[in-house]
Amino acid sequence: MLEVEGVSKRFGGFVAVDAVSLTVAKKQIAAVIGPNGAGKSTFFNLITGHLRPDAGRVVLEGRDITAAPPHRICRMGMGRSFQRTNIFPQLTVFENVQAAYIAHRGRGTNFWASSAALYRDETTALLQQVGLADKANEAASALSHGNQKQVELGIALACDPEILLLDEPTAGMSAAETRDSIKLLQHLAEKFGLTLLFTEHDMEVVFSIAEKIMVLHQGRVIAEGTPDEVQRNAEVRRIYLGERK
Amino acid sequence: MEPSFLFGQFLGGLTAAMFLFLIASGLSLIFGVLRVLNFAHGSFYMLGAYLAFQFVQWVGPRTEGFWLAALGAACGIAVLGGLVERLLLRHLYGREELYQLLFTYALVLILGDVAKITWGTGQLSVSRPPSLEGSLNLLGVIVPHYNLFIILLGPTIALIFWFVLQRTSVGRIVRAAAQDREMLSSLGANVGMVYTGMFMVGSFLAGLGGALVTPTQSIVPGMDVAIIVEAFIVVVIGGLGSFWGTFLGALIFGQVLSFGILIFPRFSIFAVSALMAVILIVRPWGLLGRPLR
Amino acid sequence: MTRPLINRIPWTLIVFLVLLPVPFLGSRFYTFVATDIVILSLFATSLNLLLGTTGLVTFGHAAYFSIGAYTTALLMKNLGFPFLPSWIAGGLMAAGFALVFGFFCVRLTKIYFAMLTLAFAQIVWAICFKWNDVTGGEQGLPNVPYPGLDWMEVLPLIGDLRVSDKFYYVALALVALCYAALRRITLSPFGRVLTVIRDNPERAQFIGVNVRLYELAAFMVSGAFAGLSGALFGIFNRGVFPDFAFWTKSAEPLIMTILGGMAHFWGPAVGAAALILLNQQITSYTEYWPFVLGGVLIVLLFVFPGGIVGTLTKLGRRIGGRDA
Repeated sequence: MLEVEGVSKRFGGFVAVDAVSLTVAKKQIAAVIGPNGAGKSTFFNLITGHLRPDAGRVVLEGRDITAAPPHRICRMGMGRSFQRTNIFPQLTVFENVQAAYIAHRGRGTNFWASSAALYRDETTALLQQVGLADKANEAASALSHGNQKQVELGIALACDPEILLLDEPTAGMSAAETRDSIKLLQHLAEKFGLTLLFTEHDMEVVFSIAEKIMVLHQGRVIAEGTPDEVQRNAEVRRIYLGERK
Repeated sequence: MEPSFLFGQFLGGLTAAMFLFLIASGLSLIFGVLRVLNFAHGSFYMLGAYLAFQFVQWVGPRTEGFWLAALGAACGIAVLGGLVERLLLRHLYGREELYQLLFTYALVLILGDVAKITWGTGQLSVSRPPSLEGSLNLLGVIVPHYNLFIILLGPTIALIFWFVLQRTSVGRIVRAAAQDREMLSSLGANVGMVYTGMFMVGSFLAGLGGALVTPTQSIVPGMDVAIIVEAFIVVVIGGLGSFWGTFLGALIFGQVLSFGILIFPRFSIFAVSALMAVILIVRPWGLLGRPLR
Repeated sequence: MTRPLINRIPWTLIVFLVLLPVPFLGSRFYTFVATDIVILSLFATSLNLLLGTTGLVTFGHAAYFSIGAYTTALLMKNLGFPFLPSWIAGGLMAAGFALVFGFFCVRLTKIYFAMLTLAFAQIVWAICFKWNDVTGGEQGLPNVPYPGLDWMEVLPLIGDLRVSDKFYYVALALVALCYAALRRITLSPFGRVLTVIRDNPERAQFIGVNVRLYELAAFMVSGAFAGLSGALFGIFNRGVFPDFAFWTKSAEPLIMTILGGMAHFWGPAVGAAALILLNQQITSYTEYWPFVLGGVLIVLLFVFPGGIVGTLTKLGRRIGGRDA
């Protein structure tokens, strides 16, 4: 599904990501973890085209997408949510998701039809899925943080992704919100047959849903494998898990 | 074309450049620290000229009182700038850039009319101070002492600023403010005071430029909107917020204007605007600036 | 989800109908003011496609206004072209320049974008100002002819009117068409994508939007309508002058838009009407109109940042409850 082959990124003299490789299989749920500044967000930005890698390749379903512009990568079936909530604040919830349908299905070039009824059924159905049906006509900026994350998920899903990259999906959420949103994620992944790749600081979340974990430290991979393998890895315990206790 | 003629053009361009540097450096400082593009900067320049005229009338025309008048005008504009920043502009910092820009444009409208109401719409002029009335023959070119003074004043002011910015604690705070606003408060600086101070210094430079330009050209309504575009071009060429960039930008502007007239007599204003466009396309942060984050 | 009632009212048609009887109010002056408002409101509304819909702040909109004005004036005056093709050519020429200039502008963001639009506008101004052979230089092109309006004589009522009244109808009809088009564009899927870019360009990329391309398209459409407005204005003004391209002219539609409210499609039109009517009132008392305008602008920025329409809808919502 997704193959990352030895990508590197330097900022000035600082190596943020150093020859990192990762393979995610179809319908797998994979997590990238690591202490702050380990290079997780940079790694994501290299995959999604927001940054251009200095070395290495990114291959999505057999197609080389290295350094392709984000809008093209998105059209190839990669959805993404961002660490800081990233929605369209002045639009309503409905319009947020509808806009994603319009843009992703290439209808944005139509400047003569009315957009009001476009993808109404799809949008309504998807809002139901992410649990926002009752808030469809509210301004997105007026929602709670947790609801805004749901909007973001809705936007990402409207782009019919095969694989979804989630950067800290539960950042800033309360324990209850975190639990709900993880349940929702798992449910949606199963329903839509999604591959998931996410970063997360909450270890409980990671070890409860991830099937594969990669540990980054100072831009390098120090461990990769199933949750059990990673948990047993001595270096991980020393550098990362040990650090937290 | 005779060499002395070319040299004369060069000196003419240099004089114009130093005036522009005075004005544009203030604009650039304000942008560098406050991130506000101040359209009213040209109005401050014009008011500096009118105030200098007024003060010269009081202290007596054709006396050394000119210097006092010029300094007084510059200080007056600094105070005006300080009041504008404290009482009004400050409340718009949290808002979109457009609101700040339109606010400074509103000042352009108001100050332009204030000048018309106070000093009328006719041309006013100020004579050179007696000590600089003469001229000297430099390589076959007659150069007024006053122009020579301006040519020397520009680099002097640039050096003073360079010294203050690089070597003093005030300069350190200003440089910090230009690079990273959040860092500023962690340095223990009073951010509000820094902003007001920088706005006053920038306004002072505009007022000084306006006051000192009076012996070389007449004071007319409309000089505010004409100069501000030129100052924009200078700071864009050099790099928004870059001090030496502004100096370089002014030098380039002066010479392009001066020699542009020889090459395309009618299109020298075209040439400088085109230069600005090319710079923005190729290197938006200017020759010596750094990309904004 | 159904469209709110207020959006289903054909506002363009209603405004058009309301403005029809103006020449019959009996004063040449009313027609003059109404024509001014109709034409300049199109200029402001074209700007708002960039400002309010796409979130791009431009300082150089006068460039396209003046390109349209000069193109149409040159075709009609020097080459004797009929009005309608000249008018359309004015819009196309403005669109062409907007496409070329915009290509470079949309690669920049924020203040750099604004500065580059200003630089291009100043280039246009310098050309208008100095290219004496074609643009008439500083003197501009006076005496741009009115369109041939003899065909109107067969129309009932309108046939006997003065030529300036007839031109008012031409301007009104054409501007109404432009408004209908702009409204459609704003409410289209294309318009929705523009609002997405305004709200969050980074996220827009990741729903598959080629942000620069859409911005360029908006820039071009906006420039085209500015050109159409300028073309009408040149005829109405009986001449085109380099001032049309000067940077202070670019500030005019910005002020109108802010005054009316940039968050609403009709904001700029309301702002244009308010500004021009206010101007007419004030200038009969004092020559210091800019002073008053500056004061109005400051009050607006500090007290009513939503503009007239924004403030009214807020009031309406407060009075009528949340669903009004």
